Amino acid sequence: MLQTPSIEWSLLWPVVILALGGALLITFTSLFPQARTRSIPAGVTAVLAVGAMATLPSMWSRLDELPGRRATVVAGALAIDSFTIFVTAVICLSVFLAALLLDDYLQREGLDGPEWYVLLLLSAAGAVILASAEDLIVTFVGLEVMSIAVYVLAALHLRRSESQEAGFKYFILGALSSAIFLYGIALAYGATGSTSLSAMRDALTMTNERGLTPSQDSSMILVAMALMLVGFGFKVSAVPFQVWTPDVYEGSPTPVVAFMASAVKVAGFAALARVFIVAFGHLADDWRPVLGAMAVVSVVVGSFLAVVQTNVKRMLAFSSISHAGFMLIGVHAGGSGSAETSMLGIRALLFYMIAYTLLVAGTFAVATVAGGTGDNDHSLDDYRGLAHERPVLAAALVLFLLGQAGVPFTAGFFAKFGVIVAAVRGEEYVIAGAAMVGAVVGAFLYLRIIVSVFLDTESDADDEMDEDPDPAGGSVARPVLRRVAPATTVAIAVAVLGTLALGVFPDLLRTALDEGAQALSELR
Amino acid sequence: MMLLAAESSASLALLPALIIVPLVTALVIALLPASRSEYLKLTALFGSSIAGALSVYLLKAFDEADGGLQFVVREDWVQSLGLSWFFAVDGISLFLVVLTGLLFPIAILAAEPHHDPKAYYLWLMVLMAGSFGVFMALDLLLFFLFFEIVLVPMYFLIGGWGHGRRIYAALKFFLYTMAGSALMLVGIVALAVLTARSTGQRITFDVTVLAEAQALSTNAQRLVFLAFALAFAVKVPLFPLHTWLPDAHTEAPTAGSVILAGVMLKLGTYGYIRFGVYLFPQVAKELAPLFLTLAVIGIVYGAIAATMQTDLKRLVAYSSVAHMGFIVLGIFVLNTQGMEGAILQMVNHGLSTGALFIMVGWIYERRHTREIAELGGLQKSAPIFAAGFTWIMLSSIGLPGLNGFVGEFLILLGGFEGARWWTVVAVSGVILAALYLLWAYQRVFHGPADGPNVGFPELRFSEGLVLLPLLALIVFLGIYPKPVLERIEPAVDRLLVHVEDNVDGFERPEPDAPTQRAGVEQLTNALESGSHESGESDESGESHEGED
Repeated sequence: MLQTPSIEWSLLWPVVILALGGALLITFTSLFPQARTRSIPAGVTAVLAVGAMATLPSMWSRLDELPGRRATVVAGALAIDSFTIFVTAVICLSVFLAALLLDDYLQREGLDGPEWYVLLLLSAAGAVILASAEDLIVTFVGLEVMSIAVYVLAALHLRRSESQEAGFKYFILGALSSAIFLYGIALAYGATGSTSLSAMRDALTMTNERGLTPSQDSSMILVAMALMLVGFGFKVSAVPFQVWTPDVYEGSPTPVVAFMASAVKVAGFAALARVFIVAFGHLADDWRPVLGAMAVVSVVVGSFLAVVQTNVKRMLAFSSISHAGFMLIGVHAGGSGSAETSMLGIRALLFYMIAYTLLVAGTFAVATVAGGTGDNDHSLDDYRGLAHERPVLAAALVLFLLGQAGVPFTAGFFAKFGVIVAAVRGEEYVIAGAAMVGAVVGAFLYLRIIVSVFLDTESDADDEMDEDPDPAGGSVARPVLRRVAPATTVAIAVAVLGTLALGVFPDLLRTALDEGAQALSELR
Repeated sequence: MMLLAAESSASLALLPALIIVPLVTALVIALLPASRSEYLKLTALFGSSIAGALSVYLLKAFDEADGGLQFVVREDWVQSLGLSWFFAVDGISLFLVVLTGLLFPIAILAAEPHHDPKAYYLWLMVLMAGSFGVFMALDLLLFFLFFEIVLVPMYFLIGGWGHGRRIYAALKFFLYTMAGSALMLVGIVALAVLTARSTGQRITFDVTVLAEAQALSTNAQRLVFLAFALAFAVKVPLFPLHTWLPDAHTEAPTAGSVILAGVMLKLGTYGYIRFGVYLFPQVAKELAPLFLTLAVIGIVYGAIAATMQTDLKRLVAYSSVAHMGFIVLGIFVLNTQGMEGAILQMVNHGLSTGALFIMVGWIYERRHTREIAELGGLQKSAPIFAAGFTWIMLSSIGLPGLNGFVGEFLILLGGFEGARWWTVVAVSGVILAALYLLWAYQRVFHGPADGPNVGFPELRFSEGLVLLPLLALIVFLGIYPKPVLERIEPAVDRLLVHVEDNVDGFERPEPDAPTQRAGVEQLTNALESGSHESGESDESGESHEGED
């Protein structure tokens, strides 16, 4: 009889809820077609996301009973520790926000179907698996489950050719990078004899009969690391693997971009940090310079290329590249030999994840509304007069953009600040300085959007339809296009509150951040 | 820890109130229904006046003999980062806080927004809170937060209610300042981290702790100081980094120009004193020639550029470059007179340039142009308006008896002792100031009135009321600066003792009189005897010539 590993289900609730919930949702809506319409699938998805999040505190307290505050489940496939729990919470938050946005989006676009939500849930389940994978094979499984669902989501707006194009591009390049990643896993297995992260870590310090460690014996492990870095670089859209990002962000349905830019990236970074810091921690001297260079180049290139764009979604795509650079700095510091720098780096990465998720989901939430029916009105010109039409919406957008620029009293400031502290602590002054200079160029990009939305009102005169200057009088130009549905309002409100709360009281998450960082840092 | 020991025991919650009152006002403005727009200005005025009154009360409660920090408030904020709400004032920041409290209500009274008053007053109130915060923060990171956050309301004020190329000007303003301060953040973190490492204590951004520790190697100090100096140089602005200023000041709405010139430029010079000289005395001493040179270039260049301007507001903007150069000169001579003069001159510049911007704004309101060539003979129909302008202009030139003279005289006096040749060149700036302002005055107010300049409306009573406090202060500070200097001096002395203690082989050139009141006494003597020391004779002679 086949021996199955004993599974501690209580530590797997989030994955189970997300995956099983998705499966039940598609079954249920197939059996009862009347449930397909309206907001039922969206509501179910949001509830599932919250439900998954609600299991986290009990998992957290369960950790206290475990030796080392961590456990591996399913025969060492998944590591459940504070780091995993934190990242899972961020992913659930992203699912929650995306589901709220999708509801109105699908009704507006005349697209119905629970398959959007099912894919969203499956992708999120994959993301959680990816973030907690303790074995490279499982990492790959998580990566693929997450990615394939997102490829489909990107292409799911069937009437928009841009959406098809985005899905196609994303898939081709994603498949290529997955293949490269898989090859990296194979080489790493060859070099170390294992795919388990902790076993690899131990193997990398052991010497063979000639008294050499695997990295001294052959360059196979270095090639493996390089290939895996390519795979992760693609997922988190770090330069030079970012080329797909603007096209895909521009073409994909905006609520999907909100999810793609937050949860997918967050999971990618979590896995990157776990694999490189835990498994390859001993080879940090080999990978850190490369990662540091990628980080700086991402921040700078992302910011500079964004400046010449005129499409808001493309601009935000480039800005997400620059954010990826900042998060890479966190990973870079996380791999440092000094325990304190490592802690600070991982802590900064975790804080950046949640701040970034709030900001980027909020920004794309506003973009979802502003894009109008057809999801095409994303040029800077289309955003003109938004402040006239929807002052509160515009104010929220300004907050998110300023937050992304790292203006004080928003979550974005402390996100960037944490990363800078970690870099300076590791005495990487060049990285810190270059990142800050890149951030200034990035600020120009956000200000350009703000100018369009807020300041550039003289162009209103050209807009013949929009003659009513009083926003209270209701907009004549596009009364239907820029409707803000209640669900969208909730999503934006959550993002605004989160942005401000973390911007004024970043210590709200102190314990979670400290323990999350500790969990990874002590495994090096 | 020396400064901490001197904390005043009578610390009220005054300082937080200065930030909270404008913020609450902003909230009230945000919640006022659109149908009640007539209450917007009233609310803003009320809130800013309360904050202004509180700041004036600060003057009264301030212990003048104490050179240390007073009204200290310190609450942990973000423990994991060592960030705290640490507010305090001393003689260096006291008058800047009061200036902020005075200028905001005046700026609100002086000009009305041409559209969307709600957002306008909202941003002004947020700006007021931020401006108070930046002068009162003694936690380095907290200072940085306020330093950056004030950009946002100002950006919207310029971009939303400005003139002409307002969006370009607003962007340029925001990006220049942000670019300047990007490296400062790295510098702040490096300073705190390296200090914590060498003292073995928890990381802190407390300025007093960092200044007393002096834990960085000279080389690290140099780099961090330069990162700070760049941020402040953009803000002052020092010579090659000044190009944002004429655009921002010219395109900003009147209230924006007043606050920019009166309050926000001071962030740079205040930063040099508090976070440059205080934190890095050794490097400040070492690099002083660089800053003296840039300051002098700014003085001469700003004055020449101002002479060439055809737009009255741009002329005033360029005159700021020259005036701020004097202040930087006063700071980096690193002696009591120079530093005192610099601090006093910050207040003076805020009053006189603020008032000039207000009057230029009124000219624009009446004539819809600021081109000097299109104006002329305005004093025919508006003699009182012209008299007010003359008054303020003479203060800006530095006429003895008005406030500008006292500050410039002290700076030049200190400069002559500490940095002779730089000061010699800088004196020419005094003459040039008379040249460009008087020439502009001639062209705008004298001569025959033609075309639309005929019947230029006279100063209204309400406008007179706005101007009155500024004019009164200009005279008061000109003839009786003692109460102000008395409060500045202990803090300056304390700072310079700190410099002396931390710079090898640096002896502050002691003035002849060994007393603490050296600057005040010298000045009083000079005023009484009407002596013909270099600075004074040049100024008075020139301004009389010009007036004829």
